[in-house]
Amino acid sequence: MKRALWTLGIFVALVALLAVGLRLDPREVPSPLIGKPAPPFELPLLTEPDKRFSQKDMLGKVWIMNVWASWCPPCLVEHPVVTRIAQSGLAPVVGLNYKDARDDALPWLKRNGNPYQLIVFDANGRIGIDYGVYGVPETYVIDRKGVIRYKHIGPLNADVVKQKVEPLVQQLNSGG
Amino acid sequence: MIPELGQIALALALAVAIIQAVLPLAGAANGNRAWIAVARPAAQTQALLVAFAFGCLTYAFVNNDFSVAYVADHSNSALPLHYRVSGVWGGHEGSLLLWTLMLGVWMTAVSWFSGHLPEEMTARVLGVMGIVSLGFLAFMLFTSNPFDRQFPPAIDGRDLNPLLQDPGMVIHPPMLYMGYVGFSVAFAFAVAALLSGKLDAAWARWSRPWTTVAWMFLTLGIALGSGWAYYELGWGGWWFWDPVENASFMPWLIGTALIHSLAVTEKRGGFRSWTVLLAIIAFGLSLLGTFLVRSGVLTSVHAFAVDPKRGIFILGLFTVLIGGALALYAWRTSRIGLGGEFAPVSRESFLLANNVLLVAAAGAVFLGTLYPLLIDALGAGKISVGPPYFESVFVPLMAPALFLMGVGPLARWKHTTIPELAVLLRWALAVSLAVGLLLPLAFGQWHALTGFALALAVWIVATALISLKKRPRGSRAHLGMVTAHIGVAVFVVGVTLVKTYESDKDLKMKPGDTVSLAGYLFRLDQVTNVKGPNYVAARAKVLVTRNGEAITVMYPEKRLYVVQNMPMTEAAIDPGPTRDLYVSLGDPFDDGSWLVKVQHKPFIDWIWVGCLIMALGGLLAASDRRYRVVLPRRRGAEVTA
Amino acid sequence: MLLALWASCVLAQDPVLERRVTSLSHELRCLVCQNQTLADSNAPLAIDLRNQIREQLAAGKSERDVVDFMVARYGDFVLYRPPLKGSTILLWAGPFAFVVVGFTLLVRVVRRRRIAAPQLSDAERSRAAKLLE
Repeated sequence: MKRALWTLGIFVALVALLAVGLRLDPREVPSPLIGKPAPPFELPLLTEPDKRFSQKDMLGKVWIMNVWASWCPPCLVEHPVVTRIAQSGLAPVVGLNYKDARDDALPWLKRNGNPYQLIVFDANGRIGIDYGVYGVPETYVIDRKGVIRYKHIGPLNADVVKQKVEPLVQQLNSGG
Repeated sequence: MIPELGQIALALALAVAIIQAVLPLAGAANGNRAWIAVARPAAQTQALLVAFAFGCLTYAFVNNDFSVAYVADHSNSALPLHYRVSGVWGGHEGSLLLWTLMLGVWMTAVSWFSGHLPEEMTARVLGVMGIVSLGFLAFMLFTSNPFDRQFPPAIDGRDLNPLLQDPGMVIHPPMLYMGYVGFSVAFAFAVAALLSGKLDAAWARWSRPWTTVAWMFLTLGIALGSGWAYYELGWGGWWFWDPVENASFMPWLIGTALIHSLAVTEKRGGFRSWTVLLAIIAFGLSLLGTFLVRSGVLTSVHAFAVDPKRGIFILGLFTVLIGGALALYAWRTSRIGLGGEFAPVSRESFLLANNVLLVAAAGAVFLGTLYPLLIDALGAGKISVGPPYFESVFVPLMAPALFLMGVGPLARWKHTTIPELAVLLRWALAVSLAVGLLLPLAFGQWHALTGFALALAVWIVATALISLKKRPRGSRAHLGMVTAHIGVAVFVVGVTLVKTYESDKDLKMKPGDTVSLAGYLFRLDQVTNVKGPNYVAARAKVLVTRNGEAITVMYPEKRLYVVQNMPMTEAAIDPGPTRDLYVSLGDPFDDGSWLVKVQHKPFIDWIWVGCLIMALGGLLAASDRRYRVVLPRRRGAEVTA
Repeated sequence: MLLALWASCVLAQDPVLERRVTSLSHELRCLVCQNQTLADSNAPLAIDLRNQIREQLAAGKSERDVVDFMVARYGDFVLYRPPLKGSTILLWAGPFAFVVVGFTLLVRVVRRRRIAAPQLSDAERSRAAKLLE
């Protein structure tokens, strides 16, 4: 009898676990960088190769970094959302062009519009690795002190922007 | 028209399943002979209807009916005929239909070969199988209908996943499903025993061969899957402890424990309650595997298209079937009673130890497979549990079991003594240790673990031979056991030698370049472009020599399947009894050279040959005379077991 | 891309280093093709990360350092061998616990069966002996 009850108990726990599991995404890898300073970089700009930009240059401001590439279809899908964020003036949006070629990226921007305040060019993806990028597009929200506060993996959509990004940026701007 | 007929057939099958689930079980409880008699014809009718539906789907595939959404998603007009047929089970909906078809096959077999069982028992067994079938048919009709049409019909299909366009793919799922579904027979028997409150040696004698045959199919199915991964996936691995592989391995481990436990129940009437519980768990793990592949809860290369709605349905089915059975077990297990007594040193206790180790091993695999989900569900982050974990945990658990495999068969039932066993085993021990110490040296480097594993393998063979010598005119079942155990030894040799002594080289080669590995010289002769029925490929010609003597020519390919635009590495393998040579093409460079990987895999084929021998052992054991003697069935009267 | 390949080819001349790279790559999970190790995957990120491993090991870093590097960026998910921490004690101790519990139960069952065997009195014993002669 005891054996049977033990087995039933384990069974019930298993079913509960599986039920919860149905609502989780096993493929998503949360970032260990949340709450840590944004990894330092100093990269050339995509549009003006002679100029360089570092994440330090944004200290004192709340900003958004959007990792994208011209060879990435979901990046195209989220592009209108990114554009809307930039146009709304919520926060400056800096692009990180990841493992791309200038000859592909620039025409892509011409075709689809350039919403970014500026774009840094990470040709070999080293900075992407430092940021834990594994599947473009990815978007980071970084606060005034240069600490990563949020990361979204995959294309942005209006819901995520409204429920996560906007409130966070506003909170960080007002003093958080 | 045909797809609609198929759908109607499934709906009718569901109706019959409801009848089959309700009437015989109610009839067995009330002694209503008419209702009890419904079981066999209902099972056979259901099987026929499902077979007809399966035929309709096959017809749609063969005739390129792209108005059926499932066909459009998994086939293409350029797909060769045999893959259009195997494409029927290439996706979620069709594979469910295959599952249900297999269930129909097993139900029919049960209905034919149960002549010497009491009618109520047959009714209960078929009734429980009817409930299972009902669940799967409902699942198909309400969430995963293979016959759904799409308008307008696709011009051509999206093609079968190139990974599945392979002979191994044709046979691996049917074998595997025969195994999974076969455990539903053991399950039905266990539930029937709980319902009737009667469980005796005769029950065990009946369920044992069915369980053994299911186990045999599962062994073959898993071996085929592993072999297929080896030559199809292109990088030379054969087991990844992937969640879906584990999902098939867990029922195999419990199934192995079950057939050993059944031995005690059959011979000595012991372990009854435990055997029933194992049967429920074995089938439960089969269903769990079905859930894991289709729900998206775990990532896997095997995962079918994911839909949470489907996940909820299967989880519900799982809960009802297994939860119900376990609740029944908790309630009725006391009625089943204890078995015979046995001494601390006896065959029974060795078999019990075998069970403890196998269940612990299954538990370990279960824990490792579901742990990432547990951590995620608790909000404690994301971790991965992969081969390093499973290997460090599984091997130490199995080593004692391998040792016991030598001792158990030589121990007498009920009571034996250590001195008696020692006398039988001393030479086997000596030979095993000698081989373990010396053989690794013959291969090159000596490793303690390699020696230990080889010693165990030799131990198993030596003790198996002693067992044969002790009973030269033993039954076929005895021969089956010996064969299966030898199969395990062969498997262990293969795994040990390949993991210890395999080698590979990965390098950039252009035509004319050579590379040497393990005494073989590989020369890349040329790379040409070829065209297949639904793909284009770059085919390399690699000449292999050894000490100047030509050994073979190998043709690895890098294919591009045009419809899905999917690249595939088609490795070239030169198999042999003592080694496989494995050559695969990586990506091309701009200067006409290629990334080439050559591998030397000593004794790797022993892995699958070992599995085949195990399966053969199972077949021999299941076909023993004692299971084929059928007592005449007296109509209208109960046949006492 | 070509630069990365060239770099890896140049450094790939050292077989000892390569063995270390491969063996470490087998312990790490590819983030893109999540059912493959870094060693087996051909995803661009996997190639990049293998190159990272090679460069770092060649520069004198230890396996531990490289693993820490990966975990700092991708979390514990990237490790196929789960680290031993509070949250994984159950995982690592579990199998051992199963065996211990299993054998404890086995001993209990065997003991119970033994005690159940009938005990003969001396008179019965001598009777049995006489019958067996």
